[in-house]
Amino acid sequence: MDIKVNVRESEGDAYVVDLTGEIDVYTSPKVKDAITELIDKEHYNLVINLEKVRYIDSTGLGVLIGGLKRVREHGGSVNLVCTNPQIKKIFDITGLVKIFGIFDDEQSAMKALA
Amino acid sequence: MNPAPAATKSQGIVRLEIPARAEWVAVARLAVAAVASRQRFSVDDIEDIKLAVAESCTNAIQHGLPDGTIEIVCEVTAEGIVLTVRDRGQGPPLGTVEEERIGELGRTEELGVFLIRALMDSVEYTSDVRDGTQLVMVKRVSG
Repeated sequence: MDIKVNVRESEGDAYVVDLTGEIDVYTSPKVKDAITELIDKEHYNLVINLEKVRYIDSTGLGVLIGGLKRVREHGGSVNLVCTNPQIKKIFDITGLVKIFGIFDDEQSAMKALA
Repeated sequence: MNPAPAATKSQGIVRLEIPARAEWVAVARLAVAAVASRQRFSVDDIEDIKLAVAESCTNAIQHGLPDGTIEIVCEVTAEGIVLTVRDRGQGPPLGTVEEERIGELGRTEELGVFLIRALMDSVEYTSDVRDGTQLVMVKRVSG
């Protein structure tokens, strides 16, 4: 089990973090490191693409929440791309759908950052 | 601590013990998913069971003793599955987190317990200094 993390610059000052694999207590530190590095470099508008994520647990959610908390302190935002029904369900039952922008495709997530 | 009595006659019990370390949690959830697939659960239900077991293992790692182990007992019954997760630690904080409060962005520590309670049909924690923490979760086959 592993997570692949790919960070790329997109339009404007926005960055996209592509995640592939499973986010759990073992792999979430790798995701946290990538997000923390972007924020430390003062990139506060992020799209995190979860389209290829098969599984996420509370530690993964905690990393996303922590990232959102930090960027909001600087007037930024974190939007998510998520199409997996099981993962959407986790965001739904935890109420996190209310604090994250969750989109079906990257273009919409990027557009909503602006 | 004794396992919780199953609601109905047992159809099979699988016991698993893993090191209480992050890299073993995936093994636990895949093993439990394989056991759960012996029952008539939907794919969604099996995903719920996997997440609940992983969350309980994560709690055991975060609140358990260093270099400890986690014991997972999976009992398939006619009605579903009974999962018992034990470790030697004192368990997670059990405060009830309401959905709205997670949105405050500061309540992530209790998110795992919230998920377990939301995904399983019944959840019972017991914890004491001598025996550690035991979590008994039941998922029933729906329909």
